[in-house]
Amino acid sequence: MSMYIEMIRVRFLMMLAYRTNYYSGILIYSINIGAYYFLWSAIYGGKEEIQGLSILQMTTYVAVSWMARAFYFNNIDREIAAEIKDGKVAIEMIRPYNYLGMKTMQALGEGIFRILFFSVPGLIIVALIFPISFSTSPSTWFFFFLSLIFSFIVNTQINLLTGIMTFFLFNNAGLIRAKRVVIDLFSGLLLPISFYPGWAQSLMTYLPFQAISYVPSMIFTEGFAGSEITNAILLQAVWVVILLVPIRLLWSLAKKQLIVQGG
Amino acid sequence: MFYVSMFFQYASQYLKTRFTYRVDTAVEILSDLLNQAVNLIFILVVFGHTTLLSGWNRDEIIFIYGFFLIPYALFSAFFNIWDFNERYIVKGEMDRVLTRPVHSLFQIIMERMELESLFGVITGLAVMAYAGMNLSITFTWYDVLIFIVMVIGGMFIYAGIFLSIATIGFWSDSRTDIMPTMYNISNYGRYPVNIYNKIIQFVLTWILPFAFVGVYPASYFLGRNEWYGYAFLTPVMGVIFFAMAVLLWNTGVKKYRGAGN
Repeated sequence: MSMYIEMIRVRFLMMLAYRTNYYSGILIYSINIGAYYFLWSAIYGGKEEIQGLSILQMTTYVAVSWMARAFYFNNIDREIAAEIKDGKVAIEMIRPYNYLGMKTMQALGEGIFRILFFSVPGLIIVALIFPISFSTSPSTWFFFFLSLIFSFIVNTQINLLTGIMTFFLFNNAGLIRAKRVVIDLFSGLLLPISFYPGWAQSLMTYLPFQAISYVPSMIFTEGFAGSEITNAILLQAVWVVILLVPIRLLWSLAKKQLIVQGG
Repeated sequence: MFYVSMFFQYASQYLKTRFTYRVDTAVEILSDLLNQAVNLIFILVVFGHTTLLSGWNRDEIIFIYGFFLIPYALFSAFFNIWDFNERYIVKGEMDRVLTRPVHSLFQIIMERMELESLFGVITGLAVMAYAGMNLSITFTWYDVLIFIVMVIGGMFIYAGIFLSIATIGFWSDSRTDIMPTMYNISNYGRYPVNIYNKIIQFVLTWILPFAFVGVYPASYFLGRNEWYGYAFLTPVMGVIFFAMAVLLWNTGVKKYRGAGN
């Protein structure tokens, strides 16, 4: 266990050493939030609310979902792909730890760094530019952080799956890109799930993606109330368990047919 | 003539490398399509809740997006220079390029081309055709010529802006994040400029003229004559920005001293 905590620490320190790279990231996220702010203002026109969300809640939704993305987003799929391609993975596999566990811990170290040095200052900056409402209820904040942990786990699990696919595809930059696009759309980052037409919404309940962004953002903007919150978090937990199955399966299959292409 | 045959040689080499990883190439094209679909889905879903976006209706917005895809596809196929600084300056590849008897910019464009991005032209045409039919837009023969000129103008604007940023590498090889920042700003050009406030409108028109890649030229075909003046400026802006970039490039190459060792 202490070994894994050490991995989190090392990755955190590594990110800290390169922290200047992150200031421009805040700028980029602010630019994106700005684009959607203007777009949504035009979409609302004079309307009071759409699908139960006011324009103020919508702006908050956009800002919070981008800043939450900074926490759960990581590139471990790309790292795994690179390590498979240059053959490093063979060495990693004979080391006395679980390779996927190590990757998850590194991602967590990165996430903790980003929430402290990116999301928090970023959200403060964005709140100065755009109208954003912060909840004053402690339970909202508690459930928000709880669901944020689950979004990290679900997103990391999907990244692990994508990374493992490199064992079968050899070069899977395309898949990694496609996955990113799918997550941006179906996780609720670009559009709250409740805005989709009914049939699409019911289809999306069978997909794990809304556990990544929609749930924490709706909790934060108080678009969810009462039992909706607990149900949503339960749904996230269920997805965490379900996703363990394909990871296990693909990983044991991958170990059997590993081809080291170089190194 | 020499440059044309060079182009075909590079293109055939390129296709060979792409066919080595066939599945991956297919997935990559698919992920491009997916990306374009996402933006379309966004527009479609949004118009489930509203009828007008600052005076533009659903099909007009879709048409603008379809138009935008075409110059953008040409740009991404031939001006894939977002990692110019790391790839050519920091790693010293620029030295290799400069020893050859072909213009350095041409070589880099050829080395870095991504022909599969050209699929975006087809998507763009299909999207425009769909929206155009809903709006019952009529095309005359000279509209085709105007269309080509506008598309090339739009591509030159994109190319001009991103090339100019790439030339920073000649003066400073330190890592900057201007390139990704600019990519995100360019997304503002996909929607009508009148949804933004006055300052952003001004920037998108005269300083980083991304509005000339989407809404301005498209408004000509949509018959929105209040924007015609801007529409016809598209090729002019394209030539100005591209010429500026080539000038910066040539100055930069003269200034270039290599990255050490």
